Amino acid sequence: MPQPLHYLKESPSQTAGPYVHIGLAPGAAGFDIYRQELGRDIAGPNAEGQRIIVEGVVTDGTGAPVKDVLLEVWQADAQGRHAHPEDPRHAEVAQGFRGWGRVITDFDTGLWSFRTVKPGPVPARRALAPHPEEVRPAEQEEQADALGRGHQQVRRMAPHITVWIVARGINIGLNTRMYFDDEAEANAADPVLNLIEQAHRRDTLLARRTGERDGLPLYRFDIRLQGEDETVFLDL
Amino acid sequence: MIRPTPAPAPAEYHQRDRARHPPALTPPYKTSVARSPRLALLSLQQSMSEITGPVFGHTDIDPIDNDLIRNYAKTGDPVGERIIVHGRVLDENARPVPNTLVEIWQANAGGRYRHKKDTYLAPIDPNFGGCGRTLTDAEGYYHFRTVKPGAYPWRNHVNNWRPAHIHVSVFGSSFSQRLITQMYFEGDPLIPICPIVNTIPDPAAIDQLIAPLDMNAGIALDCLAYKFDIVLRGRRSTLFENRLEGN
Ligand SMILES: [Fe+3]
Repeated sequence: MPQPLHYLKESPSQTAGPYVHIGLAPGAAGFDIYRQELGRDIAGPNAEGQRIIVEGVVTDGTGAPVKDVLLEVWQADAQGRHAHPEDPRHAEVAQGFRGWGRVITDFDTGLWSFRTVKPGPVPARRALAPHPEEVRPAEQEEQADALGRGHQQVRRMAPHITVWIVARGINIGLNTRMYFDDEAEANAADPVLNLIEQAHRRDTLLARRTGERDGLPLYRFDIRLQGEDETVFLDL
Repeated sequence: MIRPTPAPAPAEYHQRDRARHPPALTPPYKTSVARSPRLALLSLQQSMSEITGPVFGHTDIDPIDNDLIRNYAKTGDPVGERIIVHGRVLDENARPVPNTLVEIWQANAGGRYRHKKDTYLAPIDPNFGGCGRTLTDAEGYYHFRTVKPGAYPWRNHVNNWRPAHIHVSVFGSSFSQRLITQMYFEGDPLIPICPIVNTIPDPAAIDQLIAPLDMNAGIALDCLAYKFDIVLRGRRSTLFENRLEGN
């Protein structure tokens, strides 16, 4: 008999249920309890970069809005840096930029929106088949690669925001990414978008620039849980 | 050209074992039918976007936030059986996850949530908010003080009841470890007949969500205790890299 493996097993997920707001956004549930609720300010006051507004709805397999959904978003700053100690450039992130937010819907319509700064391109994993122009000498490379190893062939992912979706009826949180439709060139080279076998499904990850609000670029990102145009969800 | 030896890479998180988790579509839990994706998930190798995640500190929360008996008290203590819920957040390698945010929410002792959408006939408790949050310590330990939540009925089949449960949200050190689950109480006869519990296909995985009574952690003449350890995805510990470029 071989030696046993002594790994623990990840705790199984359970739905966040209809009352997720009590725990994660009690103001939305209708009461005040904490000095400050977390995740209401994604970028903080000091971060450089283009301030933007993103809005959308999450719809179910019948096309109806999911009014009790809660989203969390995670992103890099405008220079592609994450506010996390394992990002080699995290010390340069502006004070107050967390890059994480909680997004709740209007309970009557299911519409949600958030304000942030548009993220910059983020280092990807090392390229599978490096393009010669992507291999640059170390001294020309200002940015470490995805796993912090410095120089070598750096491929960047197009600007994107990681999105996590929980609600009643969702048994395990759904991960996806939101890209920007005005980054066509970067999107065309993005290694994650290019993993999607059916090219037309890549569009489900694009937020569309629809205009301006309060003088800021406004993007629309609708998420379809099921059915025609089902959003591409990720197993991270 | 001779390349310098790469610096050791921060390692990736173990692949999620989807067989331990509920699938998206679980028809006996009816709401899942229209809210479940039907196409396959796209599997990603992790990049900086996945191995990072939000960092929280003691300036984000207050010490009273983990005491649900006191954090919303207006005229006195809430009604109900006083309990401590405590445990550790560990990863699959059994390493503690320090300084991570744990948030909980629950119904009051009568089974009613303080939420504008909950209209169950049990009364709201004026002294109970029903949520709490804390950071794990350096060894991954956390604890809450609360009252035991009541069972409550819900519309699924016409007479479904949720076993007593506490909803638990955990972050870990990266966004790929993000997890929401529910804690149940040892010995509750509603557990085996709950459609939401039974979305989990593996009985051993269900057992992992049932907190045992822990008489050693209770306080004499004051409260009982239940122990609930939470396991998040682990991380590769070897430093060998896969050389995907083929050399
Ligand atoms: Fe519940």
